[in-house]
Amino acid sequence: MTAAEDLLSRRRPAPRRFRPPSLPRPSPALAGGLAILAALLVLALVPGLVAPYAPAAFDYRAILKPPSFAHPFGTDNFGRDILSRTVWATRVDLQIALFGTLVPVVFGTLAGAVVGYYGGWVEALFGRVVDAVVTFPFLVLVIAIVAVLGPGLFNLYIAVSVVGWVFYARIVAAGVALQRRLDYAAAARVMGYSTPRIVLRHLLPNAVSAAIVYWMTDMALCILLGSSLGYLGLGAQPPTAEWGVLIADGKNYMNTAWWISIFPGVAIVLAGLGFSLLGDGLADLLRPKR
Amino acid sequence: MTGVADTRPGALAVRGLRTVFASPAGPLTAVDGVDLDLAPGEILGLVGESGSGKSVTLRSLLRLVRPPGRIAGEVLWGGRDLLGLRPGELRRVRGREIATVFQEPMTALNPVLTVGRQIDESLRAHTGLDARGRRARGVDLLDLVGIPAPATRLADYPHQFSGGMRQRAMIAIALAGEPRLLLADEPTTALDVTIQDQILKLILALRARLGMGVILVTHDLGVVAQSCDRVAVMYAGRIVETGPVAALFAEPRHAYTRGLIGSVPRAGGERRPLLSIDGTPPGLGARPAGCAFHPRCGFATDACRREAPPLAAVAPGREAAGREAPGREAACWHHAAVAAAGIEAPVPEPA
Amino acid sequence: MSAAPLLSLEDVVVRFPLRRTVMDRLARRPARAVHALNGVRLDLHRGETLGLVGESGCGKSTLARAVVRLLDPDDGRVRFEGQDIAGLVGAARRGFNKRVQMVFQDPYGSLNPRMTVRQVLHEALSVHRMRPRAAIPGRIAELLDLVRLPPDSADRLPHQFSGGQRQRIGIARALAVEPDLLVADELVSALDVSVQAQVVNLLLDLQGRLGLTVLFVAHDLRLVRHISHRVAVMYLGSVMEVGDTEALFSAPRHPYTRALLDAAPDLDPARRTAVAAARGELPSPLAVPSGCPFHTRCPHAFDRCRTERPVLAPRGPAGRAACHLEGFGAPA
Repeated sequence: MTAAEDLLSRRRPAPRRFRPPSLPRPSPALAGGLAILAALLVLALVPGLVAPYAPAAFDYRAILKPPSFAHPFGTDNFGRDILSRTVWATRVDLQIALFGTLVPVVFGTLAGAVVGYYGGWVEALFGRVVDAVVTFPFLVLVIAIVAVLGPGLFNLYIAVSVVGWVFYARIVAAGVALQRRLDYAAAARVMGYSTPRIVLRHLLPNAVSAAIVYWMTDMALCILLGSSLGYLGLGAQPPTAEWGVLIADGKNYMNTAWWISIFPGVAIVLAGLGFSLLGDGLADLLRPKR
Repeated sequence: MTGVADTRPGALAVRGLRTVFASPAGPLTAVDGVDLDLAPGEILGLVGESGSGKSVTLRSLLRLVRPPGRIAGEVLWGGRDLLGLRPGELRRVRGREIATVFQEPMTALNPVLTVGRQIDESLRAHTGLDARGRRARGVDLLDLVGIPAPATRLADYPHQFSGGMRQRAMIAIALAGEPRLLLADEPTTALDVTIQDQILKLILALRARLGMGVILVTHDLGVVAQSCDRVAVMYAGRIVETGPVAALFAEPRHAYTRGLIGSVPRAGGERRPLLSIDGTPPGLGARPAGCAFHPRCGFATDACRREAPPLAAVAPGREAAGREAPGREAACWHHAAVAAAGIEAPVPEPA
Repeated sequence: MSAAPLLSLEDVVVRFPLRRTVMDRLARRPARAVHALNGVRLDLHRGETLGLVGESGCGKSTLARAVVRLLDPDDGRVRFEGQDIAGLVGAARRGFNKRVQMVFQDPYGSLNPRMTVRQVLHEALSVHRMRPRAAIPGRIAELLDLVRLPPDSADRLPHQFSGGQRQRIGIARALAVEPDLLVADELVSALDVSVQAQVVNLLLDLQGRLGLTVLFVAHDLRLVRHISHRVAVMYLGSVMEVGDTEALFSAPRHPYTRALLDAAPDLDPARRTAVAAARGELPSPLAVPSGCPFHTRCPHAFDRCRTERPVLAPRGPAGRAACHLEGFGAPA
């Protein structure tokens, strides 16, 4: 066989060098965020594991006691154990994070996909909705809705959902509009695939990562919002243990009993940090490789 | 090409040029020991595929490589080593003695300054002309590069120019310092074929008129054939073959050059398989040992896998029958077999 | 060519209107549009490879997209086997999509970054019910072999492939539905020269083996000449000349074809000329010159060319050209 014939007989391209299938190595941010949220989740599911008392158990012999062995985080003006209340509140606040964002994520993503895919007048109409929503401060809008519907967690969810979906829709619409212009979207159309298939199976998976990252931050914000409204008396109602309510409980004792407000405050910061780290980590993980 | 370096003014001699980029995964060698010679007024084509190091080589000549890139070796310009010059001395060489033109005519010009202003800046840096003299010279330069109504076009902004006109303006700016050498990195790649033709003809005309040398980096062998005197073929950071254009195209001596030439469709071979090359060019971090081309090469033997062949002189071949064809060099253990194989793809026998 | 064409374009016009700004409306400036296709007539015959060549703004990619119905003409018709494709809906449209496929230019953008090769091919095969479910894995292996990708590539994601391999995946995807017509839009222009040749060889081989009709759109004249049976030359939204490859390249009958041929850098250093083949700049497709679009750059232009647009008229045995100079390039 001459060299030239040899060349021709081996036209099949050389396989690429073997690359071991690398499991995505979690970044420090992802690992840290997951660890914090896992710990909070355990507290929410089995608060008795850490909390020594019932969250609403009064103890008139131990009123406004500073941290001690019996009460590691101290007690409030009814003698309730702050550690127990903070731990039990985890359950309520994680619920707020989840239920306050679930409808916006799902509805906003679908709406954004439709807006991004069709563009044109649908996009123009959506633009006006966005304008209307961003003109008012988010908090003011939510407070106004809750004030009309009446205080309580369920009404809080309604209020947040009515406004919050717009932000997800905006993020997803931008992503879908970008993906729609790429050739793989044209290829899917030439293949004769249905529009729902193109949008849901091809465009959305490449467009939702930014929304997922935003979701993580949004859950942290939602906890803050829930706490703010709890503090204002519009969210979770006393005696339910909720971090914002706990902080509000301590507002009259700030000079004499700092521990009432500080520990729930630390819990809020920790939860926020956990969601933010997870968001950062997911952003790295979800970035498509090119 | 380890001969004596040409030290005449306008001559360039590159010896052992190495450009290495530091990376988290270890050093990446983009240019791996390149030797080049350019006579005054000569047009040299530096041709290769993506990742071959041709552009980095060109930029390394004027130390236009940013950290973490590090350049070693010698770049002798009229006998002076450019790599050893102090920054101030190098600035006087850049633009005035050696000018550059890059690929992207869209981004190489400043969009918020008029074309006239940008030519003026270049003239101010490289000549002692006063304002009126610079304006007159600016008009001359635009005229020289074939821009119609040059006096009125000076006031235009780059976005008012088409792609071809921008590349002409870039060349005008490069010519402001009356350079002895023009370094052109893919100057026609972004252009349409009729405009590419115009720009190549312009470069040839300017060489004839101004006597400047040109190093033309390109991936297009046709561009080399139509505009260069000599050609150096790069692969994986090294020059694998060099020689006069006519001789090298008629009878390549490196298996890579042969495959590259055979990959370009030619008249008469319609609808027949092209002489393609297997696989893809290696990435910077994954250069094969020995001759870097051996995994894609049909001529490869154990010797190729073991040891990288040096760039060495090869005798003029049958294309030079009766004529002198000096300066042919190839870095291939099997250059005789490659020459014998020719550049026609054999028609595959029916199975 | 007596048989009915597989696909024909009848005076196809495509315009892309530019968005008018508030200032435009205030100044009552007329709405402007990019004239991408200005009444294109072209036939594609069964089993042939038609090369479509031209410079930027000539409308060749727009034409390709109109053929696969990624966009609908503003005027004129695209007929597939005699039927106007603009009227196809539902199952008829899917049937059309099955028979007319496309491969794209961008090896990075034309594959969904989150789908493995197996998922891409599986989707095409199952949506169009090309094979019973059980036979799909075997068919995927066949397709990979057809485009000469190693069998172990099925479960990899696009980013793990080189540019040339990605284009092979794109070809496999198009061939999965066993089309009659394959539109290749700048299939190899983003690839390195040596890799271009591999993909070109593959396309030639597949065309012959599967009896495909191919519309090969490219700006590289050498490639088009190498691959095509017939060639159409476009300029600013119009077909300037169309004819058998050999005839068109050896004796072009339109001055623009001549200029394009002379401008293409030849591999033979002996064929060097000192003068550029075409003067002047490419006009913008926003302002296509009146009359013959090429008259602003044509060395042979005369008064009629500036006012009257020439129509595609027969030249030689099998060619047509849109030029008022009927004798241009004719054998003496």
